Amino acid sequence: MVSVPQLSGALVRRRGKRLLGPIDLTLAAAGLTVVLGPNGAGKSTLLRVMHGLERLSEGSLNYENTPELARRSQAFVFQSPVILRRSVAENLAYPLRLNGTGKAPREAAVADWAARIGLSDALVTPAPRLSGGEKQKLALARALIARPDLLFLDEPTSNLDGTSMREIEALIADAVAGGTRVILATHDLGQARRLASDAVFLVKGQLIEAAPSPQFFDTPATAQARAFQNGDILE
Amino acid sequence: MDEIAAGLVAALRLIVTLDSDLVEISLRSLQVSLIAVLIASAIALPLGAWLAIHRFRFRRATIAVLNALMGLPPVVVGLIIYILLSRAGPFGGLGLLFTVKAMIIAQVIIITPLIASIAHQAMRDLWAEYHDLLISLNTSKWQRIHTLIRDGRRALLTASLAGFGRAIGEVGAIIVVGGNIDHATRVLTTAIALETGKGDFALALGLGFVLIALAIGVSITTHWLARTEKDSRW
Repeated sequence: MVSVPQLSGALVRRRGKRLLGPIDLTLAAAGLTVVLGPNGAGKSTLLRVMHGLERLSEGSLNYENTPELARRSQAFVFQSPVILRRSVAENLAYPLRLNGTGKAPREAAVADWAARIGLSDALVTPAPRLSGGEKQKLALARALIARPDLLFLDEPTSNLDGTSMREIEALIADAVAGGTRVILATHDLGQARRLASDAVFLVKGQLIEAAPSPQFFDTPATAQARAFQNGDILE
Repeated sequence: MDEIAAGLVAALRLIVTLDSDLVEISLRSLQVSLIAVLIASAIALPLGAWLAIHRFRFRRATIAVLNALMGLPPVVVGLIIYILLSRAGPFGGLGLLFTVKAMIIAQVIIITPLIASIAHQAMRDLWAEYHDLLISLNTSKWQRIHTLIRDGRRALLTASLAGFGRAIGEVGAIIVVGGNIDHATRVLTTAIALETGKGDFALALGLGFVLIALAIGVSITTHWLARTEKDSRW
């Protein structure tokens, strides 16, 4: 059973400005939750809070275990992928080295994931030299290689071409099918419709709507959600 | 100009004839400076990385002091070590004064802040880049330091080479604690000081050119061994 985050009165304030909340949110145990909203809605902040990268000013974040223990079985892919100044193979192997995976299974996993992201011929290439799409695929594979229970994805396909986007969405879908719980922040409605099992909609740091995907996209409960889906500018 | 030309000729003659004194003091110069750099790097590189990732109350003040210590006057360092190692000093019983070990101690004290400060600057930038990922992966402090040192090794190599450059050219401290004793503690810089004092400018310049060649040689060899300019494989 995947341990999912539960937020109670969660509020983030920085330098006197409220960035998020207060939010009460309980997510389903399985599937892919898409976090939607316009720029500045607080999508990234919400993900960072749930992963423990951002401290709450008020309220609480709860998992079945403590957030620190829960984070051990989580992974996070950032909007601008953080690529280690190492080869592709060493980037893939990094989480496995940290968790003490032996050499043989580590090398097998690296070879497997390099093949899955189409970088088998680039194992010794310095990863910072890869293209934007390749870096994002590498970051996603590095997140998935340690088989996390819960994966946070912060706009993983922004600024990518259609081919790269399709490949990354296929990896995400595979991960969900394999039992990984995914929470994906995006402002791409098409991507949200293709992948989501449920949706969380934010505007200006406030939770406007949280509903199963068909309900959110077919019969949004709020005027703001309808306006967002119609492509209107939300102020 | 004549003296520079004479110095070049003297340097060439010393090198071509493999002058035994020159070989001896050159090797001693290398020995003292390389050992000092190794010891200082072992202290300063993890310290630089630790300062980059660790937040504590007097961190800014510590970094400011570290930066200030880069300008430690070598003669003063030499004097303090002299007092500590002299027969009446607290470490007089160790019998280290006027030995190569005392010269190494002096150089370690002089170059450690320099290497740590440059390392800290490089590690701070790398930490800003890696911060979210390493926190997300639940890395321990030691794993973070190890990752920063490993991935920032090229910048750290430059920091160590800067320390080597300062050490090999240093004269003020080692002449005080080493005593410039022939066949015991004489190195290139103290020999240059001695020959200049005797008025033998050609020999002093010749030794100076050998010193410069050594410093450049070590730098090029280190870069070559570390393959810093070879990016096709990491």
